[in-house]
Amino acid sequence: MAEDHGNERSEPGDQVAGGLSRRDFLRTGAAAGALGTALLTGEAQHPATAVPTARHEAGVELVGPGAVPMSWRINGRQLQATLEPRVTLLDALRDHLELTGAKRVCDRGTCGACTVLIDGRTAYACSILAIEAQGRSIETVEGLGTPEHLHPLQAAIVAHDGQQCGFCTPGFVMAAKGWLDRRGHPGGQAGNAAPTAAELHRALSGNFCRCGTYAGLRPALLSVVSAAGASEGA
Amino acid sequence: MADYSWPEAASRRLIGKRIARLDGPAKVTGAAKYTYDVHRPGMLYAKVLRCPHAHAKVVELDLSQVERMPGVKAVVVIQGEGAEIQWALDEVAAVAAASEEQAADAVRAAAAAVRYEVLPHFVDDYQLDQAPSTKPGEEQSVGDAAGELARSAVRLRRRYGLPRVAHNCLEAHGHICEWQDGDHLATWSSSQAVSAAATQFGEGLGIPASNVEVHTEYMGGGFGSKFNIDSWGVVCAKLAKQAGAPVRLMLDRDAELTVAGDRPSAWADVELGALADGTLNAWISSSWGSGGLVSAGSPPIPYIFEVPNLRHRHTAVPTHTAASRAWRAPNHPQACLITLSALDDLADRLGMDPLQFFNKNLHLTGPRQRFFAEELAVADRLMDWSRRWRKRGSATQGSASRGPERKGLGLSMHVWGGRGHASNCDVTVYPDGAVEARLSTQDIGTGTRTVVAIVLAETLGLPLAAVQVRIGDSQYPTSGASGGSTTVGGVSSATRRAAVDALAMVFAKVAPQLGVAADRLEAVDGQVRVKGEPSRALPWKRAAGALGVSPVTARGTNPGPGDLINSGSAGVQMAEVSVDLETGIVRVDKMVTVQECGLIIDLQTAESQVYGGMIMGISYALSEEKVLDPITGRMLNVDFDSYKLPGIGDVGELVVEMMTGPEYDRRGVVGLGEPPVVSPGAAIANAVANATGVRVPFLPLTPQRVLDALAGPPESAASAPSAASAVGRT
Repeated sequence: MAEDHGNERSEPGDQVAGGLSRRDFLRTGAAAGALGTALLTGEAQHPATAVPTARHEAGVELVGPGAVPMSWRINGRQLQATLEPRVTLLDALRDHLELTGAKRVCDRGTCGACTVLIDGRTAYACSILAIEAQGRSIETVEGLGTPEHLHPLQAAIVAHDGQQCGFCTPGFVMAAKGWLDRRGHPGGQAGNAAPTAAELHRALSGNFCRCGTYAGLRPALLSVVSAAGASEGA
Repeated sequence: MADYSWPEAASRRLIGKRIARLDGPAKVTGAAKYTYDVHRPGMLYAKVLRCPHAHAKVVELDLSQVERMPGVKAVVVIQGEGAEIQWALDEVAAVAAASEEQAADAVRAAAAAVRYEVLPHFVDDYQLDQAPSTKPGEEQSVGDAAGELARSAVRLRRRYGLPRVAHNCLEAHGHICEWQDGDHLATWSSSQAVSAAATQFGEGLGIPASNVEVHTEYMGGGFGSKFNIDSWGVVCAKLAKQAGAPVRLMLDRDAELTVAGDRPSAWADVELGALADGTLNAWISSSWGSGGLVSAGSPPIPYIFEVPNLRHRHTAVPTHTAASRAWRAPNHPQACLITLSALDDLADRLGMDPLQFFNKNLHLTGPRQRFFAEELAVADRLMDWSRRWRKRGSATQGSASRGPERKGLGLSMHVWGGRGHASNCDVTVYPDGAVEARLSTQDIGTGTRTVVAIVLAETLGLPLAAVQVRIGDSQYPTSGASGGSTTVGGVSSATRRAAVDALAMVFAKVAPQLGVAADRLEAVDGQVRVKGEPSRALPWKRAAGALGVSPVTARGTNPGPGDLINSGSAGVQMAEVSVDLETGIVRVDKMVTVQECGLIIDLQTAESQVYGGMIMGISYALSEEKVLDPITGRMLNVDFDSYKLPGIGDVGELVVEMMTGPEYDRRGVVGLGEPPVVSPGAAIANAVANATGVRVPFLPLTPQRVLDALAGPPESAASAPSAASAVGRT
């Protein structure tokens, strides 16, 4: 198992993301993708886990192009693998960590089948490098329910038959989970107001289904989010 | 002979009820393992070198450097020096490497190691007069079409059509191949035809089909494009053999969209006429379209209506594109769009409400006339059509307050066969009461497991949780491909026969214990009991215990004894749209489908098929089109950004009404997957014509096409759907 890789531990302060000039940032090669998203989303304060094989060049740590040890916090567990820096989080999950709930469909950030939560926010796992996802809290569909103990969102999708072939379904589940987490509690995005169809459509506009399961997904997800708001307000 | 007939409605606990699909929990949690998810020890990753040209000869191909690249374990030439490539993205070579990234590196290097002689190509099938060759079909002729057309009180001549659309399965086509020894192969294949796949691998590799086991526990969509293992299935197995390790070969999205299946285009010039009272009288049409280099069949034009005076010919136009595949309801959506649009235009010219016009001509629909009449009445009520319909372009429902937006209503009708395919099912009852059905069928999202379980549990008087269904393995009893709406009929009837016979085996053992003849027993509520004497009963487990130490297995087949299935379903759809006259944007506000399909096994998954058909139909009506570039011969929109599918907010309110009751039950089981995807193109296009007052002649109904139609006569050249002009439209 990936957990048994026995990678070296990270050292405090051994950060890839800290204190880069823009010019250094542009020169960092393989790590640039990692920093790109972090900087763009204003979340650069998250230190990436250390990369023991990092080289230094002009004061900037370089990794790759060969495989380097990485580790992630996924569904509350710490997992490790040794991968090339160019491997996406999606491929790391699916091909190296046996977490195949997130699906690879478009592989370019359009279809939503690979949706996961990173630090509580929905993200396309195909569009973030595994190396840049280190040090952040990752939640995949495997972290919700099991077939025997479904999360209420999952139970509602089953009950309303909001799935057919099922290939897009885990992505919808995670997008819906992100929506539920954002709005379902007092002080959340929408407080306890009943969710509208328009709000649901916005929340899930980043996911596509080919079999045509929207008719089942709509009542399923509205019922759960309404119930969550009602119970929070009670 | 045993009585295999379906139980009467009053005694059914499961059949026809709304039952959640049994594999839903596995799918919704990510626990379900699709082909793409299977990870075999030591598995390698394959990538394919594809030809960038639509028509070319491979002049030079030297992969000796590629073989030595890091991580590369196998290289297979698919079309080497001298081969003539006939469509863009066809396969030239494939590599397997330790990581997918290394395989991608190798394919990039291979692309630099191949030289092509580019040859002339033709892809723009709409331009019939520019086609290097055509293949005209036989002319159909009934009555005196030309004479009756001339005598018709109202006549119309127009062009209609729709382009190629892709299957675009979310799980790409592909396989994992693993050799167990020199001539025994195991595969995990994203397939709609598990039984056939083993034979195809055997043929492709020169090994006995019995040496191949194919697994398809879950598959992520097929829609008619996954009946064959394809050239890449054989390539995957060859790579695995060469490397001595399992290999995964899944198509990238650009290949999935370009070469892994599409629906043929269809264009038609139609002339038709009616008598003054609205009776459809004459039809003359000439249609053409392309499904690649080979002919892809001919749309059944005119659709549904047997016009008494008719002349029609379809011409296949060969193009340098990968062969079309059976896209859900092959040829029907094209024939429906062309025919029902023309009839809707004729009704308008007659000054008739299309609902009245179609009802007036239902006698031309043959044996389904009665179903159509009932369904049109139900749809009328659900859409409130008769009260709300207004003449074309008269701006229905308060448009004045809605600025540039106009609403309209449209109607269409469809048919399909759907007789159950050949299927075998083994039902085993174990002495501990366990029950299992095995059949080499597959679930393509339609709910096959659930249907088999419902029939098995219903027949044995057991709860659903008490039966096991094992499918998706070629080593189980042979079952047909899931295509043409044939699966539910095939597996439900085979399972019913097997379950009835297995139960008879149990009854034979239990009868002495209960002191009656076996034919006086019944299985109800988890018990085997004497008919009419419910107190004389044994719990199922104890009854099964009478089997002793050996389980019993009964084989059920379809076709087989008893009248369990049928062919021929009819359905109607109505659409309500809003069209913005300034932007040309069409929104589907509401769609209604009224559908019959004989005896329904699971009402919930049946309804899901209809919802799915409507949504897939909204998709090809409004946004889907394979844009083929005449200059390069390549498909331009090879990703989800530009090959557009509707999202959850784009499909409006959807209403499904399944026709049920004794007269439908009596027909037996009829397949349902295809019918609901046939009508949406015509229903939505007709609604747009009703809203705007003009006919948008070609799908998809993009804003540009709507604006073009509003700007000028529909036959104008500005609306020609050539790929070059479509680029800016999608």
